[in-house]
Amino acid sequence: MILAALAFYLFAAIAVAAGAMVIGARNPVHSVLYLILAFFNAAGLFVLLGAEFIAMILVIVYVGAVAVLFLFVVMMLDINFAEFRQGFHQYLPVGGLIGLILLVELLLVVAGWNLDPDMLSLAAAPTPAEITNTHAIGQVLYTRYIYLFQAAGLILLVAMIGAIVLTLRARTGVRRQSIAAQLARTRAEAVELRKVAPRQGI
Amino acid sequence: MEAMLGEYLPILIFLGIAIGLSAVIVAASWVAGPNNPDAEKLSAYECGFEPFSDSRKQFDVRFYLVSILFIIFDLEVAFLFPWAITLGDIGVYGFWSMMVFLGVLTVGFVYEWKKGALEWE
Repeated sequence: MILAALAFYLFAAIAVAAGAMVIGARNPVHSVLYLILAFFNAAGLFVLLGAEFIAMILVIVYVGAVAVLFLFVVMMLDINFAEFRQGFHQYLPVGGLIGLILLVELLLVVAGWNLDPDMLSLAAAPTPAEITNTHAIGQVLYTRYIYLFQAAGLILLVAMIGAIVLTLRARTGVRRQSIAAQLARTRAEAVELRKVAPRQGI
Repeated sequence: MEAMLGEYLPILIFLGIAIGLSAVIVAASWVAGPNNPDAEKLSAYECGFEPFSDSRKQFDVRFYLVSILFIIFDLEVAFLFPWAITLGDIGVYGFWSMMVFLGVLTVGFVYEWKKGALEWE
């Protein structure tokens, strides 16, 4: 158990440090790499909580996909790093004010949060001991929480269509290969035989 | 819970060895390797050439589209794992629940295919 506690402090410390570096790193690409480190450590914390499935999904989806997406966004933005830093002092008062308001709101929410006493006993025993975490999710997700599950599917559909509508534009002047048109050509329209008299062109 | 964490102990040891070993290798080459650069050493060497432009160029939004479509189907597959191992418990209802979910995403897939989002040109 002492090892689990040590692992918790290690993962938590690295996650917090990486989170600080995400906003502190000068290069946005480095920020994304620190974000990946933070995701990995969050996955380690989930394993310590007993939520194995969520930990693995965090690694697959967040580290494998979302971080790559962030990297694309960062690289696509065409940021001039020197220009990027110039307005820092100018925007500091406004940004600081917004940050302060958010901090106060968060403190009010957390301070006013009443946990149900029954919840605490649930948190102590997240899953029944005899089945695995993934089994426990599967037994309720597709039947008891079917509406939420289908809503997740619809949200994914909306995201897919939204991404296509926003980013796909038809390009003009691109010659695509059309296999059907190639195969539909007949000999008559492709080849012509002519008698050519000697010393005369066509 | 205890037994489950015990199964992760080899991974933790592996992580510790990996981090320790890579730190030792980097530190050793940093300490032991000679490091006295000059202008010629740092320049593009013989067969290389000076870069034409900055590497932070904007590139086609199409890469972004491909990766966002990948994430959506990645999530779809993530939902399949718990379903696959509990299919015996959740019965016909659970089976058709997943089929409807897959059907909704297949509608999106057909839209994407017909729209030409998967073609590169």
